Amino acid sequence: MLASQNNSNNEVLTNDGIPLKKKLSKSLFKSRLRAFGLVTPLLLLISLGFVFPILVFLTRGVYNDTFEKYMINLTPILAEWDGKTEPTEEMFEALVLDLVALKKSKNIGKVASRMNRELSGSRSLFTSSARKAKNLESPFKESLIQVKKKWGNLDTWRAMKVTSNSLTPVFLASALDMKYTADGTIVQKPEERRIHIKLFVRTLEISLIVVIAGLILGYPVAFLLASLPIRISNLLLILVLLPFWTSLLVRTTAWIAMLQGQGVLNDMFVVFGIATDEDRFTLIYNKAGTLISMTHILLPFMILPIYSVMKTIPPSYVRAAKSMGATSWTAFWRIYFPQTIPGIGAGAILVFILAISFYITPALIGGQDGTMISNFIDYHMRKSLNWSLAAAMGGVLLVIVLFLYWIYDRVVGIDNMKLG
Amino acid sequence: MKFLNLIAVTVSALMVATVATAGSITVVSWGGAYTKSQVEAYHKPWAKKTGNTVVSEDYSGGLAEVKAQVESGNVTWDVVDVELSDALQGCDEGILEVIDPSTLPAAPDGTPATDDFMDGALQECAVGNIVWSTIYAYDKTKFDTAPTTMADFFDVEKFPGKRGMRKLGKAMLEMALMGDGVPASEVYDLLNTPAGVDRAFAKLDTIKDHVVWWEAGAQPPQLLADGEVTMTIVWNGRIFNAIAAEGQPFGLVWDGQVYDLDLFVIPKGSKNREAALDFIRFSTDTKRLADQASWINYGPVRNSSIPMIGTYHSDSSINMVDHMPTTEAALKNALQNDFMFWADNGEELNERFNAWLAK
Repeated sequence: MLASQNNSNNEVLTNDGIPLKKKLSKSLFKSRLRAFGLVTPLLLLISLGFVFPILVFLTRGVYNDTFEKYMINLTPILAEWDGKTEPTEEMFEALVLDLVALKKSKNIGKVASRMNRELSGSRSLFTSSARKAKNLESPFKESLIQVKKKWGNLDTWRAMKVTSNSLTPVFLASALDMKYTADGTIVQKPEERRIHIKLFVRTLEISLIVVIAGLILGYPVAFLLASLPIRISNLLLILVLLPFWTSLLVRTTAWIAMLQGQGVLNDMFVVFGIATDEDRFTLIYNKAGTLISMTHILLPFMILPIYSVMKTIPPSYVRAAKSMGATSWTAFWRIYFPQTIPGIGAGAILVFILAISFYITPALIGGQDGTMISNFIDYHMRKSLNWSLAAAMGGVLLVIVLFLYWIYDRVVGIDNMKLG
Repeated sequence: MKFLNLIAVTVSALMVATVATAGSITVVSWGGAYTKSQVEAYHKPWAKKTGNTVVSEDYSGGLAEVKAQVESGNVTWDVVDVELSDALQGCDEGILEVIDPSTLPAAPDGTPATDDFMDGALQECAVGNIVWSTIYAYDKTKFDTAPTTMADFFDVEKFPGKRGMRKLGKAMLEMALMGDGVPASEVYDLLNTPAGVDRAFAKLDTIKDHVVWWEAGAQPPQLLADGEVTMTIVWNGRIFNAIAAEGQPFGLVWDGQVYDLDLFVIPKGSKNREAALDFIRFSTDTKRLADQASWINYGPVRNSSIPMIGTYHSDSSINMVDHMPTTEAALKNALQNDFMFWADNGEELNERFNAWLAK
């Protein structure tokens, strides 16, 4: 023991002469390793099944090598071309070579689809030229322009130059209603084709309204649940949980039956004389329908966190405030309400993040002005097959959500959130 | 020895199992009355003849699922019923099997298949089966005078009530122009100009507030039946089914119809390619195509099938030939869907259509 204390560095040593710090960290390392071993399966699952696929898909939003992969002769020449001078015979020859090869390998459709997204009308330009490319003779410039006049257009070549870059901002620009041109500038799309910004704004707007409506409707319910005698409040809780356990699709379809022109609500309005039989309210296939059903569907996500926080607030606080002369309102507003904020924060952020990516409900009852950005991501995934644009739009949505999360953290503080 | 026996038994059992699954193919189509007509006319007789089973699945069009299956290497669909534009695009993209038309059965009178099919029905990767049409139908009980022209569809003053329309640019823009008085023969020339596109959207603008948009083919007859709309754009077979089978009081108007072909394709890498090919050869022979026409009024694409078309399966007073999209009366002011136009301009026009919808 003496020896250990007389250590020249004044370090505390253990019995076997190893510094205590080292020994401690060694034993801590072991237990950390054990703990890490326990979470490894989950970590692997999340990174392989969630993070990795998302990252891979998001890269599609900025990387598309269709053109580079298949137009092997033309791509390097296009990279050197300045985009302003007349295309040379060498470029035409490379193009014809590629077209012939693509026709043979049956990949021409992939390049044609990719090009058509950049320049409308190039699909048939590529496919029909490829059919004839085999029989073309030099000089290729003249013979190709004879097949299709469009090959003489500088715009066609500029579009090819833009497409030949695999790492490209075109999809991100398109997701924000802009167009990336051959000379590297980004311009806005013509007015009648702008749609995504409008949808992002609408998505945020709908989500925000759903949060506020949920708060107004849910807070009193949560308060009732927390303050009524346990026998009654349990019954009420079941009423909150029952729809929560019902499938989302079932609830959405139920709302269709409720809200449609010949539906339950409108029939009631007619009976009570609020609406006439010919002039019924349009409550579905529009924004109103989306808002009503989304608020209902997300309400339990608002009520439950607030309720669980309210449960932990001792009723004696309010009683104490009142005993010191506070009115009911003051006692509620100054004493009770501030203590429920962690629950409100949790409920609001939960509902908001669920709402912003809502998909089935707006798809079924959104009609034309009640659809959200997720419906368009789905449209580009399944209908237009423009997966790169879908990835870019998803990326933008992710950035927006992270940004709002960051703001929330700065304003309310994420540590303030409490789920129970 | 016992062990070897066991292996032999297992192996033979496995072989039987693979043969059995190879005898089952998945045929994907558009659902509803149309799929029913195919099940009755194609699936059941083919299954009976070959002893194979047919699994029928529904989809709502497009190449997305086929593309996803082919790219992931897990092809579970064997035969898909697609529109002409998708058949061509899929073939160009190399996600469909090539089908040799010379292997198709000849007509009963010996005409080779390549001469018997109508123009465009035989493609490199696809074999046609029907002509179908996008038309409009109305609820007879809601109007005193019946609408007769495409212009009537867009006239909400004379024919009040909501309209059902397909939530897609294809065919809607053409109909808007025809509703604006453009004859069918000039529609695509006009749509190829920016002014023509503007004119089509301007016409759509006039009824935008009265439109209920639908996406699946089964929706529009339902919308009419529910009283949600008084007129709707609809596929002709669906509305005929509602009238003939369900006795609904609907009328339909052929003026301004946009007709198109449906074709069978095989996704590349189908595990049951031979069985799928056999199914297609069987289903698109003269008799089978004519049989299908007695279940739904989609026109067979083989010329030799047309004289064999009979009466409606459950009502022998309905002569199906009179209800085909290809009768002389129906073709008076009719438009064939220009797949090349939509292949080239579909993306841009649908983008504009979506932006217009969201406005």
